[in-house]
Formats: sequence, C-alpha cells, structure tokens
Amino acid sequence: MIGTVPILKIGRTLLVSIQIELSDAVAEGMQNDVLAALERTNAKGIVVDISGFDTVDTYVARILAETAKMAKLMGARSVLVGMRPEVAATLVRMGYTMDDVQFALNLDEGLALLGHVIPR
Amino acid sequence: MIDVVAQYRLEIQIEDDIVIVRRKARQLAQARKLDPFATAAITTAVSELTRNVLVHAGGGSVVLEEISDGERYGVRATFEDHGPGIANLELALAGGHSTSKTMGLGLSGSKRLADRFEVKTEKGVGTTVRIEKWQGL
Ligand SMILES: Nc1ncnc2c1ncn2[C@@H]1O[C@H](COP(=O)(O)OP(=O)(O)O)[C@@H](O)[C@H]1O
Ligand SMILES: [Mg+2]
Repeated sequence: MIGTVPILKIGRTLLVSIQIELSDAVAEGMQNDVLAALERTNAKGIVVDISGFDTVDTYVARILAETAKMAKLMGARSVLVGMRPEVAATLVRMGYTMDDVQFALNLDEGLALLGHVIPR
Repeated sequence: MIDVVAQYRLEIQIEDDIVIVRRKARQLAQARKLDPFATAAITTAVSELTRNVLVHAGGGSVVLEEISDGERYGVRATFEDHGPGIANLELALAGGHSTSKTMGLGLSGSKRLADRFEVKTEKGVGTTVRIEKWQGL
C-alpha cells in the first residue's frame, strides 16, 4: 500500500497529511514512503498532520513514533501536528507515551518549530 | 437490566476486518450519541481487541451491540476466539507485557478505556473479552 498518503515538500520540509482511515497496510506504506521521500529530497524536517485521525490505536501510534525515530537516524526532525483532544486523551488513558516525538498544536506551529517563518 | 437494542456480528479473519469492525463501532457510538471522548475510547479499544483476536488467536468474531439501561445508551463489544488463550492473564492485564514484541498496552489500555471490562480465557480453548462504553450522565 505504497503511495496512498500524499507527501508534499515545502523548502527543506516534508509535509505528510493523512486524511484517510489508516489501515495497518496503509500505515506501513506511509512509513516507507516518508523515508524514501526523505532520502530522495534531502529534507531536514517532517511535519505529519494527523488532524484527520479520529482513532489512533497503539499500532498506528507505534508506526508514527517509529517513523519519527527512523527519520531522526537519517538526520531529519519530525513533528506530529493536529492531534485531536479525544485522541490525546485516549492515548494517555491507555498509558501510551511517545517520548521521542515532538508535537505541535497545528500546522503553523509545527512548521515554526522546524524553523519556517510563517507570516501572521 | 440491560436491553440489547440492536446487534451485529462481524467476522475477524483478515487485516482489513480491523478497519471494518472499528468503523462499525464508531458508527454505533455516534448513533447512540456518545460524546467524542467516549466514542474515541470505545473505537480505540475495539481496534486493539480486534487486532488481538487476529494476531494472537488467528481470527474469531465480535458481536457489537447497542444497549440501553432505560436511561442511557451504550455500546457493547464481545470478542470471541478459539485461539490458545491468554497464558498469563495477570501479566497481560498489567500492561507493558507482550508475547509478540509489540506494545503490550492493548488489553490493559482497553480495560482503562471501557466502563466495564470482562475477560474469560482458557488455555487451548480460547478467549472472550467484553467491553461496554456508556453515554455520560
Ligand atoms: N485473544 C487473545 N488470545 C490469546 N492471547 C492474547 C489475546 N489477546 C491478548 N493476548 C495475550 O496478551 C498479551 C497482551 O496483549 P496486548 O496488551 O494487546 O499487547 P500486544 O497485543 O501488544 O502483545 C499478548 O501479548 C498476548 O500474549
Ligand atoms: Mg494487542
């Protein structure tokens, strides 16, 4: 299931916006796609927009966290943006922590965190 | 007394079934007006338990029910498989223990997310897990 999640490039940052229901296969495909795009584009940062997710179970959370760790090994920083309140509450309630991952409230904040200057 | 308002039985045999079962659970929770937090809780727990049936027991089934106690509505999910059973239930429920190198938070997390949680398991016979999530008062 490679190529189902669009990956855009803004400057030296990759923007991954996932707006579809993530099956396990699509999640793994997304991971492969992001890492391949990283190598191809020499990007230094990745912003993953998960505002479209109404459910993040431990499988999807693990794929997201792993992707960020792998990207880090390749020299890129990752930020997850737009996690919905009920998704955050659910992950915390389950005892899931994503210590190695950076988060931001929304796309603007995420891009700013990676050093993009966003005109207000 | 809990009334079963509607009942749906779904098979859990392939990976795509995880999405199908999860989607159905979300649809029932929304139809019965559970708030977004309760809806995310039951949907996520259903996702975890469906995957457990598939990964740890090689398949099984789930019965999703819209339930009512006369004052409130809720959603109930009963998972049944004829897999190996959970060898060490205490450990599995403590969280952070997995027999398949994954997170080990699915079972314990589902228990925390649900308003009611029951598990019956027998070695070599199978496992039944039942969860309920209710509308807030
Ligand atoms: N339906 C099941 N049949 C047999 N064993 C199970 C079942 N569900 C859970 N288990 C056991 O309980 C453990 C904990 O489950 P869980 O918390 O979901 O973690 P994980 O799935 O990441 O291993 C599993 O590793 C497995 O050994
Ligand atoms: Mg599990």
